[in-house]
Amino acid sequence: MAARVLVGVKRVIDYAVKIRVKPDNTGVVTDGVKHSMNPFCEIAVEEAVRLKEKKLVKEVVAVSCGPQQVQETIRTALAMGADRGIHVEVSGKDYDTLGPLQVSKILAALAKKEEASLVILGKQGTFASEVTIDGDKIKVIREIDGGLETIKINMPAVVTADLRLNTPRYATLPNIMKAKKKKIASVKPGELGVDLTSRLEVLRVEEPAQRQAGVKVETVEDLVGKLKEAGRI
Amino acid sequence: MLSCSVCSLQSEGLERAVAAFRSVSGDEGVSLGEAVREQHGRDESVHRCRPPDVVVFPRCVEEVSALAKICHEHQLPIIPFGTGTGLEGGVGALKGGVCFSLRNMDQVLDLHQEDFDVTVEPGVTRKALNSYLRDTGLWFPVDPGADASLCGMASTSASGTNAVRYGTMRENVLNLEVVLADGTIIHTAGRGRRPRKTSAGYNLTNLFVGSEGTLGILTKATLRLYGIPESMVSAVCSFPSVQAAVDSTVQVLQAGVPIARIEFLDDVMIGACNSFNSLSYPVTPTLFLEFHGSSKSLEEQVSITEEITRDNGGSDFAWAEDEETRAKLWKARHDAWYASLALRPGCKAYSTDVCVPLSRLPQIIVETKEDLIRNNLTGPIAGHVGDGNFHCIMVLDPNDPDEVQRVHEFTERLARRALAMDGTCTGEHGVGLGKRALLREELGPMAMEVMQGLKATLDPKNLMNPGKVL
Repeated sequence: MAARVLVGVKRVIDYAVKIRVKPDNTGVVTDGVKHSMNPFCEIAVEEAVRLKEKKLVKEVVAVSCGPQQVQETIRTALAMGADRGIHVEVSGKDYDTLGPLQVSKILAALAKKEEASLVILGKQGTFASEVTIDGDKIKVIREIDGGLETIKINMPAVVTADLRLNTPRYATLPNIMKAKKKKIASVKPGELGVDLTSRLEVLRVEEPAQRQAGVKVETVEDLVGKLKEAGRI
Repeated sequence: MLSCSVCSLQSEGLERAVAAFRSVSGDEGVSLGEAVREQHGRDESVHRCRPPDVVVFPRCVEEVSALAKICHEHQLPIIPFGTGTGLEGGVGALKGGVCFSLRNMDQVLDLHQEDFDVTVEPGVTRKALNSYLRDTGLWFPVDPGADASLCGMASTSASGTNAVRYGTMRENVLNLEVVLADGTIIHTAGRGRRPRKTSAGYNLTNLFVGSEGTLGILTKATLRLYGIPESMVSAVCSFPSVQAAVDSTVQVLQAGVPIARIEFLDDVMIGACNSFNSLSYPVTPTLFLEFHGSSKSLEEQVSITEEITRDNGGSDFAWAEDEETRAKLWKARHDAWYASLALRPGCKAYSTDVCVPLSRLPQIIVETKEDLIRNNLTGPIAGHVGDGNFHCIMVLDPNDPDEVQRVHEFTERLARRALAMDGTCTGEHGVGLGKRALLREELGPMAMEVMQGLKATLDPKNLMNPGKVL
């Protein structure tokens, strides 16, 4: 039986919030804005917890990188059924410039340290829409352009979760209370041997251009005329 | 087809008012557009569209108050509008006037997790609130089906499938901020107050709950929250008769099972659901049940209930705990409205809404079914049997005046049947436009006079949603 699943959970601006760009165009407004777990990370946690409920894995560990507040996100994962959490402390400038490269190095280092057989993440890349464990292999059905593809892979493995993988459970109040007793360990990126320097620099953040109102025309001639005017033809 | 008279639009008074509205809410906050007005003149009932003369979109309570003052000065009717998902024609602007669309006031304000309360603006819908709350382990359980605005739900004293365990809006609104017809702003329980119970003064909060926009505009509601239950189990059971199903319901409640949902579908409805969803439930009266609690308590609740249903001749008791199977089990109940419509494609549906004491439920359902058959009407029945409340989903061809008339007469007979059994003509949809005469019969002249006196005190010019409720 696969021992341990690592699940990455990211604290992001809540999907229902209208995002605003900061006046100085250096980023988006995050102060005082509602944050919650990335919905795809919720799906990843749900999948991991279901594997545990089916007794296919022994332990689910939730990981998040960031400042103190990400502990809330880890607690939500614990309330959904993860057994313990790991908070990788990254704050200030390092957090602002934390990108996929650094996070993947951190997760790889943790997966090794924790001897995780499986890492489940919210999607980017190819996506799993069904996951089962068969002995010491994982069977994954993933959605590709042409339809569905079934593959069998060895463990340790990394799987990313697609929308259709499952419907995540709500964190119930009794489970939130019970989760307070579960442990969250803190660790610094340096302890994992990861260098956080970013090779990317954000120059400017802007809102997408406002949609312009359309114009109604009466005849095809008008349409052609307007398109010529706008230099489109 | 539009009843909005062009001449009233051109009246000077309205023009002056519209100019004043623009100075309060800006050009974007005021609309005279035909499509916008029509959208705000109808809800999900069968009543025809009655568009207002103008729609305003205030962004805060101060704007609502300023706009109301202008309406008051110019004697313009005020019609508050949430999501337009009402079922009794409550938003129709019978005398024209100004529709106050509250959708831009959509913030969840103060959440107090440990106190189990939250305050919301009128544009917040119940699904938006529950999504907002999802990380806290709390939820607002009143579930009327549609994704209605919470203040709209307060306005119609909405209920839903969960009421048997969690109550209706009457039990779950702690405080309201209301703008009266003349622009005065009041807090029915005092500003910011949210104790779980109180004996302070007259119960103003519940005066406005259910007032359907005829006493004031609701601009904030403080709501009672509950913990999301640890686990849920859904179950289905078939019965040989309506009596057997209702007897089981009464006994489950008497056994002290804290059942969360207990829904009744009659044989016609089950037949419709079978066709619509390619299911194969036995075509007899059926109960759909839901239990909330810890895993241990659920085991006990389900086993007691199963025994009771068996003792009443129930069969095919099926239950499930995981979400996907539960959804499958309840699909029939969820799709009841559409399954009914599918019985006669091209027709519209109208839902009746009477509520009687539990013990009278078998009799009223049996008599109602006989009435349907005798008058050749399509009316599958779904009911919140734990509350004694049921709906006949009347499927009718709106272009057949004879059928329209027969349905109308049927619903009047049904309402009077319920009144004769110590019940009410509306369990959860409200009085709106169509049940005012029935309200008079239900309350009697003395109580009606008191209600009219209250209305005259709070809205002497009768500007607040005229032509509704009273």
